[in-house]
Amino acid sequence: MIPVSLPLATGAVLFALGVFGVLVRRNAIVIFMCIELMLNAVNLTLVGLSSQLKSVDGPIFVMFVMAVAAAEAAVGLAIIIALYRRKQTVDVSHFNILKG
Amino acid sequence: MTIAFYLASAVAIAATIMVITRRNVVHALLYLILSLLAVALMFFALGAPFIAALEVMVYAGAIMVLFVFVIMMLNLGPAGVAQERAWLPPRMFVGPAILAAILLADLLVLLAGNPASAGQPQVVAPKAVSLALYGPYLLAVELASLLLLAGLVGAYHLGRREPKKEND
Repeated sequence: MIPVSLPLATGAVLFALGVFGVLVRRNAIVIFMCIELMLNAVNLTLVGLSSQLKSVDGPIFVMFVMAVAAAEAAVGLAIIIALYRRKQTVDVSHFNILKG
Repeated sequence: MTIAFYLASAVAIAATIMVITRRNVVHALLYLILSLLAVALMFFALGAPFIAALEVMVYAGAIMVLFVFVIMMLNLGPAGVAQERAWLPPRMFVGPAILAAILLADLLVLLAGNPASAGQPQVVAPKAVSLALYGPYLLAVELASLLLLAGLVGAYHLGRREPKKEND
């Protein structure tokens, strides 16, 4: 039996790496990949806990997270394309039009 | 079982570190696919084979194709071909190939293991998942379908070209 701390620790490390990537990278597509990584780390935590509790709710929630991730990926990549059409770049340091 | 999980976990963390350190988007994408496959293997080891299959199909399949599509779309023109050649030299595939070989060996070990042994976690079968989905979680399934429809419409609206201003 896999100890429950193992998937939880892996999920925490993957989530932290995703946060780190979002904070340090300037390419909008890579930032987007890091968001997917964070969603994935949460999925791992859900499956690990539900495996420990012998419940079916974790996999169900993972399916909903996947639906949200799919919708988010479609809309987010469309936003990136729209931004690229405007500025001819995907570097987020050029997108400061909302700055007051 | 635990060793296989440790191995997949190490591959996932290594691939994730490579994702956030590669300067090239396509290289980062290669490692991201590996990270997702490693997480799918962990799902398998944790006794959720259905979710593992979904992870490979939805994440490593559909969403990654979307990423590849957008990356290629943003590099149109004759300069894009030369750039692509410079982006993906054959030696670039060595790192992902090694990590993928580790994952493959891991998966074979997992599949060869006796499923009736005491070390195996309880497996959540696809039937149990679907019974719960269309039983107590039916409303949530409907909401997810609404969300996907909204995402579809939103992506179409954001992605279409601006219409000409002649009708204004």
